[in-house]
Amino acid sequence: MADNKFAAYICSGCGIGDKLNVGALEKIATKEGKMAVVKSHPFLCSTEGVDLIKNDIANDGVTHVCIAACSRRAKAEAFTFPETAVSRANLREGVLWVVAEGADHDEVRQEMAEDYVRMGCAEVKKMMSPAGNPDKAQSKRIMVVGGGMSGMTAALAAADAGYEVVLVEKTGKLGGFANNMLKRVPFNAPHAEAQPTGVEELAAKVTGNAKIKLHLNSTLTETAGAPGRFVAKIAQESGAVAEETVGAIVQATGFTTYPLDKLPELGGGQANVVDQAGLEAMAKAANGGAIKRADGKEVKSVVFVQCAGQRGSGGNGDGSHLEYCSGHCCATSIKQATYFKDANPDVDTVVMYQDLRVPGMGEDFYRSAQKKGVIFTKAKVNKVAGGDACKVEFKDLILDEDTATDADLVVLATGQVPVSGVNLDEWTTTVTAAESGDEAAKEKKSALQKISVLNLNYRQGPDMPQFKYGFADSHFICFPYETRRTGIYAAGPTRRPMDMFQAQEDATGAAMKAIQAVENATRGRAAHPRAWDLSFPKARLEGCTQCKRCTVECPFGAIDEDEKRFPVFNEQRCRRCGTCMGACPVRVISFENYSCDTVGSQIKAVNIPDEFEEKPRILILACENDAYPALDMAGLQRLTYSAYVRAIPVRCLGSVNTIWITDALNSGYDGVMMMGCKKGDDYQCHFVKGSEMAYYRMSKIGDTLKQLGLEPERVQTQEVAITDNAKVAKLIDDYVAQLNEMGPSPMKGFG
Amino acid sequence: MSNANQQAVAKYKNNFLKEVEANVEEGHWVKMCMQCGVCAGSCPLGPHWEHSPQKIFMMIRAGKREEVLGSDSMWMCTSCYNCIVRCPRKLPITHIMHGLANYSHRLGLAPKGQPTREIAKLFWDNLVKTGRVNELKFSLAMYFKDGFGQGVKNAMAMQGIGLGLMKAGRLNPMEIFGGHVCKDKSGVQKMIAKAREIEDRRKSLA
Ligand code: SF4
Ligand code: SF4
Ligand code: SF4
Repeated sequence: MADNKFAAYICSGCGIGDKLNVGALEKIATKEGKMAVVKSHPFLCSTEGVDLIKNDIANDGVTHVCIAACSRRAKAEAFTFPETAVSRANLREGVLWVVAEGADHDEVRQEMAEDYVRMGCAEVKKMMSPAGNPDKAQSKRIMVVGGGMSGMTAALAAADAGYEVVLVEKTGKLGGFANNMLKRVPFNAPHAEAQPTGVEELAAKVTGNAKIKLHLNSTLTETAGAPGRFVAKIAQESGAVAEETVGAIVQATGFTTYPLDKLPELGGGQANVVDQAGLEAMAKAANGGAIKRADGKEVKSVVFVQCAGQRGSGGNGDGSHLEYCSGHCCATSIKQATYFKDANPDVDTVVMYQDLRVPGMGEDFYRSAQKKGVIFTKAKVNKVAGGDACKVEFKDLILDEDTATDADLVVLATGQVPVSGVNLDEWTTTVTAAESGDEAAKEKKSALQKISVLNLNYRQGPDMPQFKYGFADSHFICFPYETRRTGIYAAGPTRRPMDMFQAQEDATGAAMKAIQAVENATRGRAAHPRAWDLSFPKARLEGCTQCKRCTVECPFGAIDEDEKRFPVFNEQRCRRCGTCMGACPVRVISFENYSCDTVGSQIKAVNIPDEFEEKPRILILACENDAYPALDMAGLQRLTYSAYVRAIPVRCLGSVNTIWITDALNSGYDGVMMMGCKKGDDYQCHFVKGSEMAYYRMSKIGDTLKQLGLEPERVQTQEVAITDNAKVAKLIDDYVAQLNEMGPSPMKGFG
Repeated sequence: MSNANQQAVAKYKNNFLKEVEANVEEGHWVKMCMQCGVCAGSCPLGPHWEHSPQKIFMMIRAGKREEVLGSDSMWMCTSCYNCIVRCPRKLPITHIMHGLANYSHRLGLAPKGQPTREIAKLFWDNLVKTGRVNELKFSLAMYFKDGFGQGVKNAMAMQGIGLGLMKAGRLNPMEIFGGHVCKDKSGVQKMIAKAREIEDRRKSLA
């Protein structure tokens, strides 16, 4: 790389020059860091300081820059130079602000700063400024799957923003579930009366919108490609197959109602016991008049049973049926009770609830129904018998008594079951069995294909990965619109149970994400949370052993396989987490600006004192999304922690390759601590599965440690949230104390 | 069963809530209770009640007419207004309690010998006679409400306070002979009779 010229710039501002020997740091950068240009400046982020660097880039041929100043999270704009690789040595937040005050600590403080300069120089030498993806995706069209309220809303939102939309609906009519509803729960002030659904107007708007291309009576038989270049095969009623190229997809496939016949104890399947959908149909038929039963009798008394077959308790109380709360059904029952009261105030309407969940303005609607005389009884319904006079047996939870009442009609508030296609775990087992020749599995595979919504040809399976209870997985806690299929966004009840208002909001959000996705994809950039990133994984396939770990472990299904079973990276699907890089046992996957080498060389650059110096060295691999900011924040608050640690930010714990751990231990580090986001069902990992993968991999590292003769405590994994600034400082100090007790690593001096 | 009670039963069948809404002061608020239990937790008398306001409201909604109207609970209310201040649904709970007590009294369903009720009755009877409260007669009536022997005992026990009041000029022994009256005694009586007639008509208690 003859044309590369490396330069280091050390800032002595913000007090760095007062506490640290900047001259010594310059020497390190020159001698050990082998930087061709080394300069210091009293105020590097000032125009003058930045111009100094710019000038060297423009006139002195500098291509690689190490900035030793503040954290990489500070002054990011000032220190970004086009087509120049930049590394950052964190002297301010990482050293100055966190090492205890006083002359006693001068030595360790300086050592820490020197190591960070060594690391910054080592890193930038292995970096390249990402050139971007030459194979830029082209399509900015957005496909919406599902023509219900959510789908129509998403389609209109995208069209209004100027994007072409392809809307695929499996039935012959737009509107979905809303078509069968008389009215909807109020969504405007004063939130007192049920409002028209507006479904027909919305459908007319969609039909009349020149930017929206409609495919009714159509399903997806195959979806291939990646953001910016999806190709969807759309099977039409006629049997013909249309092909559409789109840039992003919104999946708004809604829900089905929980089957009534699964609730025999609550009268499911018996005469005059209906679910909310059934009542909606009766009300629609009555159209404001008296609501009549199937046998033509006018309903004079009605009981609503809340949470029927939901929340693990509405039915048998034994955890059968749906575990979750569908969220909308309390307000829906309130609405339906007012159907009766509005038509005839003398109809007895009783809502039996365990706790009425009407968040937000729903409280006003609840009050309005009470005013109309709807009776709310806190009760657990034990048994419903259908028939001419339905008998409802219940326990009154306020009066603490078992009692019963009769009603002309009983309405069960059953839950939403998501329409989210194939469960990928089931898919994977079935495909594996089918590939080994199992005939039953082959049949099951084609059955599964039939229930698939998207029919993705991804190696990880035909639909979006599912979350608990079968909803499409989205990043619940932090980024609810993000799913695990880049460029495909779930909206509405396929993502989580919700009402129409929330579904429409969700749909608008999903449409906006889809727009972002096509814009990023056509610019060759990543999607959230590294949207600016032009790098993408590259694999040296000649070294690949076809172990398939990368294809399996990529949380976003970005990697397929070619006929020769080599991994095929779909750049536009990649979110740049580096989980594949962490997975690869032969380390052939890398990014231009982040690789096994950029981190590995930093680990090796640290000066490890021998065991007699009693200065342990601890490597911290900190997730750049939460843990690293928490460390910076600890500095900002002037919380101190041990000067023996050396922290390296990683894109995600999922990108941590075990080679880094073994390298660190081999070269005499006393311990390695990984800090990442929360894993599990309530994960906060920005890349969903990354931190979970890290835990899994580290659980397997025990054997390696044993071979090295090391205690398992020398490698630790911790969950850290962005707000945990006090916690990180304590974690570090506790760990250093623990390692001190264990004594120095026996590997010292061998590295 | 009193006549009024029979009529009410016949009129509202088993819709007790409707009956309360029509005939009990502030009764139309009962349906607005959301059963949060804040009143029950706030009432200083709570532990001594058989049914908290929250429960009473639920019982009304469950149609438990006899149990509510025959209950001693609403008579226990001391009008501290804790519940009114705290009720998130702004129910005038204190007033409803009094309304219920009054209604059960008028129907003849209130528990016999309930002290609050007895005192209220004595106070009312004393007041409407002259348009003024005759403190001496009111006190004596209270002492002797459980018979002559008990009355003497009560009077002896309160002797010190009585003498003190007399000395301070707050209790006039001469009041025993008729006592002070308001200017237009018969006017006041007529006014009260008219008010009662109107109320009875409204609550179908006539
Ligand atoms: S993880 Fe590495 S060796 Fe395994 S398939 Fe992927 S690129 Fe090849
Ligand atoms: S006003 Fe009556 S019911 Fe309300 S808290 Fe006070 S005593 Fe209890
Ligand atoms: S505080 Fe108000 S709303 Fe709550 S239980 Fe008492 S009366 Fe009902």
